[in-house]
Amino acid sequence: MSDMEQFRQETRAWLEENCPAAMRTPVTTDADQFWGGRNPNPTHPDQVVWMERMAARGWTTPTWPAEYGGGGLDKEEAKILRQEMGRIGARRPLESFGIDMLGPALMKYGSEAQKQEHLPKIIKGEVRWCQGYSEPGAGSDLASLQTRADDQGDHYLVNGSKIWTSYADKADWIFCLVRTDNSGTKHEGISFLLFDMASPGVTTKPIKLISGSSPFCETFFDDVEVPKGNLMGELGKGWEIAKYLLTHEREMISGFGMMRAKKTLGETASENWGRAGERLDNAPLRHSIARFDLDTLAFACTMERVRDESNAGQGLGAASSIFKYYGTELNKRRNELLVSASGDVALEWDSEASRGGAISRDWLRSKGNSIEGGTSEVQLNIISKRVLGLPS
Amino acid sequence: MALVLNEEQQMLRESASGFLDENAPVAALRALRDSENLQGYSAELWQQMAELGWAGIAIDEAYGGLGYGYTGLGVVLEEIGRRLTASPLQSSVLTSATLIQLAGNESQKQALLPAIASGQTLATLALQEGRVHRPTHISTTATAADNGYLLNGAKVMVLDAHVADTIIVVARTSGTTDDEEGISLFLVDSGAAGVKAEAVTMVDSHNAGHVSLTNVAVSEDQLLGELNNGYAALSKTLDIANIGLSAELFGLSTEAFERTMTYLRERKQFGEVIGSFQALQHRAAEMFAELELARSIVLKALHAIDSDSDDLPKLASACKAKLCEVAARVSNEGVQMHGGIGMTDEFEIGFFLKRARVLQHTFGDYHHHLDRFALLGGY
Ligand SMILES: Cc1cc2nc3c(=O)[nH]c(=O)nc-3n(C[C@H](O)[C@H](O)[C@H](O)COP(=O)(O)OP(=O)(O)OC[C@H]3O[C@@H](n4cnc5c(N)ncnc54)[C@H](O)[C@@H]3O)c2cc1C
Repeated sequence: MSDMEQFRQETRAWLEENCPAAMRTPVTTDADQFWGGRNPNPTHPDQVVWMERMAARGWTTPTWPAEYGGGGLDKEEAKILRQEMGRIGARRPLESFGIDMLGPALMKYGSEAQKQEHLPKIIKGEVRWCQGYSEPGAGSDLASLQTRADDQGDHYLVNGSKIWTSYADKADWIFCLVRTDNSGTKHEGISFLLFDMASPGVTTKPIKLISGSSPFCETFFDDVEVPKGNLMGELGKGWEIAKYLLTHEREMISGFGMMRAKKTLGETASENWGRAGERLDNAPLRHSIARFDLDTLAFACTMERVRDESNAGQGLGAASSIFKYYGTELNKRRNELLVSASGDVALEWDSEASRGGAISRDWLRSKGNSIEGGTSEVQLNIISKRVLGLPS
Repeated sequence: MALVLNEEQQMLRESASGFLDENAPVAALRALRDSENLQGYSAELWQQMAELGWAGIAIDEAYGGLGYGYTGLGVVLEEIGRRLTASPLQSSVLTSATLIQLAGNESQKQALLPAIASGQTLATLALQEGRVHRPTHISTTATAADNGYLLNGAKVMVLDAHVADTIIVVARTSGTTDDEEGISLFLVDSGAAGVKAEAVTMVDSHNAGHVSLTNVAVSEDQLLGELNNGYAALSKTLDIANIGLSAELFGLSTEAFERTMTYLRERKQFGEVIGSFQALQHRAAEMFAELELARSIVLKALHAIDSDSDDLPKLASACKAKLCEVAARVSNEGVQMHGGIGMTDEFEIGFFLKRARVLQHTFGDYHHHLDRFALLGGY
């Protein structure tokens, strides 16, 4: 038996034994996701059990180095773990901006002390992070941000405000872009700070979304003292880190919504619209669904190809630049079609029949996918300039 | 199977690319179109291609082929797509040799496959009867006669019809039009009495034509596969052929796109290069994304052939539908983004538009395959 085959068998056996049954059911609402942190608020006790068991093996972050508590798996092993989790429908044990966004940047740009301090807590789900990038005047044009950090000798004094900060009211720490110098171009003089959301002077105010929930906030900083040691990377060189982190954020967002469905859209639509023989009754809807399924299949093949090419040492091809744009546009299409396919009950806002308007609320939330992390238009700008070499 | 080209396939791509650049650029297709050549392809070029082993690339070594598999053939077809090269590779190798490998008995394989692999014999498939591809819509008849059958019917969209030596005729031996059962396949000599094969000038300047069959006598030995049960092998062959044509469409689309991007970086209007206009940039970026998806699904489908996957029918239709969509979009935008010059015969971008449409329609277009993809998905 090859090493990989042995790894697969051991993994399979371990998952069988350790993944609680409740954690093998599909994630259908946001409440099914577990984020950890100081105040974790699990909606099911097995969320904690499952996360802790996985974290103990480092499998909340399978490919992170073992010295910080990560799984230390190579790409091939990580793929096997993913496949084996998929086989039993195991949920992701921990949702985390620490894992998907900060971690990779911390490993590349953080000091050894910062890695020692933060990586293990991210891996164990002990600290929940939020992202302080956008400001009222700095969205797509992120580099025009104005939140200031002034050097006070032994600490920085942070003043300003952020907006659209996802889960700021639930997060323990923030990674935050601040301006430390105004003298150069807008991309210069930006620094990358890490600080505790419990610091005096930090306040958050939830913003209600069109979906009715309030996952993001306005975040205000009023004379917040941040120790000097919390600067990540070089002073004034935060823009490079910000962009690096965004590539990981975009990767995360492009995968949103792809695995939630229990039934295919074709099945759902057949139940509600009826069938004419072998075909879904409504031909235009059938066409839209088939196109969606086709693009979803081709997109999944692209993710697979890019991953396999990178594993084969062929580098990360230009194809990865399309993930954020394509994945989010697909997810919006899926949600539009789900509303069409599900029948009018899906438009009820809080009835039992509509499971509290679940489909509508997801549909409305999906609109943000092509805005958060850089809008679709910004992604297309990036592809045309960086990949296709078209001039500004 | 990891979704990448292995080293052997990458080398094949490089050598195919070099060879075709030298011997079969788009200008060669124009020259062929404008010449008096009645054959519709360059015999000399075909001989060279056969010497490179391309005619036997997916044929088993036991029958004189290279046994590289369909991913290898796909790589070559992609490069051919970039240059719009006219040759019997699609009719004889991709389609007919595949069908003979799938359905033929030992003596048929021995008689035909080595000859196809060496480029000496050209074979083609005579399937379509109506205005669009519908593979069960067969009313050509094969009626039992002494020691064999008599074939009667008319076929259209037969690739390389007038130059083929062997024509694989899809005929009905029982059942009624549109039944899967009752379809049988026959190996017909193009010189046999009652066979009339005519070339039709197509928009893409590649070979296709009509075949009529009037009381064509064939023996039992010429039956390819089982009587009445030819459809399964035919259907699988069409899946494979559609994936091969998708690889060609991918090459064609990539080349048309790259030429368009070059133009966007050079052409100036309003004092700026037109590639600086965001309206064009976003359309270009969207096409780039679609081409990346196209590349992935073509490779996935080629691997599905080589690994004998159960998903082949669904992947084949997915692949062809996607490539039809992408090729249509990219070839249309190619003309649009070149402005007036894109409309001229002198400029080459129009050749891509024309070839794309014929390839899209060959063995089923977007609508046919998207419908089949949905049906195979259960709706
Ligand atoms: C659900 C959600 C969660 C979020 N979470 C966070 C978070 O946790 N932390 C955080 O910092 N931020 C977060 N954001 C903010 C997000 O990053 C910004 O909303 C986004 O970058 C767009 O900025 P904006 O809202 O100011 O829109 P604007 O930049 O004002 O854009 C408005 C419109 O103009 C278009 N546009 C702008 N510039 C161009 C251009 N150059 N070319 C073409 N079109 C252009 C945009 O595409 C858009 O359609 C979140 C947003 C959402 C929706």
